[in-house]
Amino acid sequence: MSIRETDVAELGAVEPNLEPSTTDLMVAGNGLMSRRLLLGLGLGGAGLTVASGALGADFSMPVWSKQPGPGPSGYGQPSRFVADIQRDPGRANPLYPGGGASRTPLHQLRGTITPNGLHFERHHAGVPEIDPAAHAVFINGLVERPLAFDYESLLRYPMVSRTQFLECSGNSGALFRDAAVDGTAQSINGLVSCAEWTGIPLSVLLDEAGVSPEARWVSAVGADAASMGRSIPLNKAVDDVLVALFQNGEPLRPEQGYPVRLFVPGWEGNVSVKWLTQIKLSKEPSQFRDETSKYTDTLADRSSLQFTFPMGVKSIITSPSGKMQLQTHGLYQIEGLAWSGAGSISKVEISADGGATWAEAAIDAQAGDKSLARFRLPWRWQGNSAQLISRATDNYGNIQPTRNQLLAEKGALAFYHFNAQQCWDVSSNGEVKNTYV
Amino acid sequence: MSNNIFKPALAWTLSFALSAPLAVAQDTLGSPQLGKPVTQMDLSDLDLIASKESVLPAGSGTAFQGREIYAAKCASCHGAEGSGGAANQPLVGGNMRSQDAPTRTVGSYWPHASTLFDYVRRAMPANAPKSLSNTEVYQVIAYVLYMNGLIDQYKVINAETLLTLKMPNAGGFIDMSASD
Repeated sequence: MSIRETDVAELGAVEPNLEPSTTDLMVAGNGLMSRRLLLGLGLGGAGLTVASGALGADFSMPVWSKQPGPGPSGYGQPSRFVADIQRDPGRANPLYPGGGASRTPLHQLRGTITPNGLHFERHHAGVPEIDPAAHAVFINGLVERPLAFDYESLLRYPMVSRTQFLECSGNSGALFRDAAVDGTAQSINGLVSCAEWTGIPLSVLLDEAGVSPEARWVSAVGADAASMGRSIPLNKAVDDVLVALFQNGEPLRPEQGYPVRLFVPGWEGNVSVKWLTQIKLSKEPSQFRDETSKYTDTLADRSSLQFTFPMGVKSIITSPSGKMQLQTHGLYQIEGLAWSGAGSISKVEISADGGATWAEAAIDAQAGDKSLARFRLPWRWQGNSAQLISRATDNYGNIQPTRNQLLAEKGALAFYHFNAQQCWDVSSNGEVKNTYV
Repeated sequence: MSNNIFKPALAWTLSFALSAPLAVAQDTLGSPQLGKPVTQMDLSDLDLIASKESVLPAGSGTAFQGREIYAAKCASCHGAEGSGGAANQPLVGGNMRSQDAPTRTVGSYWPHASTLFDYVRRAMPANAPKSLSNTEVYQVIAYVLYMNGLIDQYKVINAETLLTLKMPNAGGFIDMSASD
């Protein structure tokens, strides 16, 4: 896909007046500068100044200031000038009706919340159009009282809200392959998003049904045409799993599971079953196709890993990132996202020289448990080639592995759970490309 | 499914009456207890889980009986011999011990035969899921097992024989759930 010109402008039009003393603020090789620059401790006002020549305006009164615009609307839409910020649904496959994925345009967004219309999708048989008045969530199997809950009833239950990421376990899977794919942050890493999810703790509904003492697993099944199901250990189900009805404050979008989905914090996205209709308690997992044939990884010794649920600690640089073009030399802000299925992000380091030297990035203070953390670091690009890498550490001390470490652990047959450090190569002419170190 | 599990719509004004204690422990959230009792009979259309623990439905089939259904409803995507076809989704062949990257199919990879019944009944054929009768599911999965050389074409596949069929890669998986 192509990068909007405005992206290039945002990246390229920052030519600051750096005092000679700012070389003292260089903290790692190839132009990485101290995060203190972002914290107001140095260089007051000298940071990301946009040169006046970059303005597209001619200083005459613009037409939108001379006539009234349209009035209020029922449901607001993005400006038409950002209409190209889109997921990438790809082409429909008639042999796989409704199946496929679309990825979040990570390189075109800032902050940490993914707008609902841009949250990534993965469907196994398309998006069902569910009438909430004709939908129920039922709980059966090893329970004292099999129960059904209709949508109106679910709305009366006490709910909690959590801002947490969701990542498909196939995200970045292309990076397992030998040849480095030439893609964007979206096309390579866009199967991760973050939202405020509001719903009922699953434990509340399970308590009402009365879980039998011998139950160890919960099977969750959706009401889509694939009736997709996954088995989840009961101890996770009663820990922090939500029966979610709202996303970023509004009812779930159809492609995110309207009217009701499971949300399983920190675990591979596929277990957060959308269009939830069944919860079944059992002693053993149900051995669904999507936990045997798929979502399993074969190791070099040909044994295969099953129920590899948590998403590992990971970070990606979203700017500069693949297929962007740096226009002018000068100060840039390296930005990206970090997350961990285990907890919260405690540190992100950045290298501009392929991992030889590292500098600690600033992390937005509000980064919480299993949510996306936004990190930033100033970087002065002076036209030399650079290899930009980020490396995250979570609050349990898990450190994002190198690609070689991950390959040594999982082997070349693996596809899921790629969480290794990724490298963007910046050429001397400013072209940014995915590469392996 | 019977309709009696849906009670009349409740007034929206009641909807959020209990939403105040957000940050408190779950056992004090105060469940309104609105679940309606259902029986397994009520759920007979909806509960499609077929596993060691969940009873598979009545019915049976042989590969000989399933050959025609496979040709009519499966072969266009999976290939006449199950070798991949237009969708490049092979059901047959592969060897987990091969020198090259193994082709992972029902025969070479799937650890449980029950998954075949479960998946075909809930999700196949992709353009008309749940259009096969239970008998047709037994017949067509018998044919897939037969193409993989796991049974002969007259072997009767039913709830009992399916669960006792040992798949070649049954011991090939490591359950990582305990390490989570």
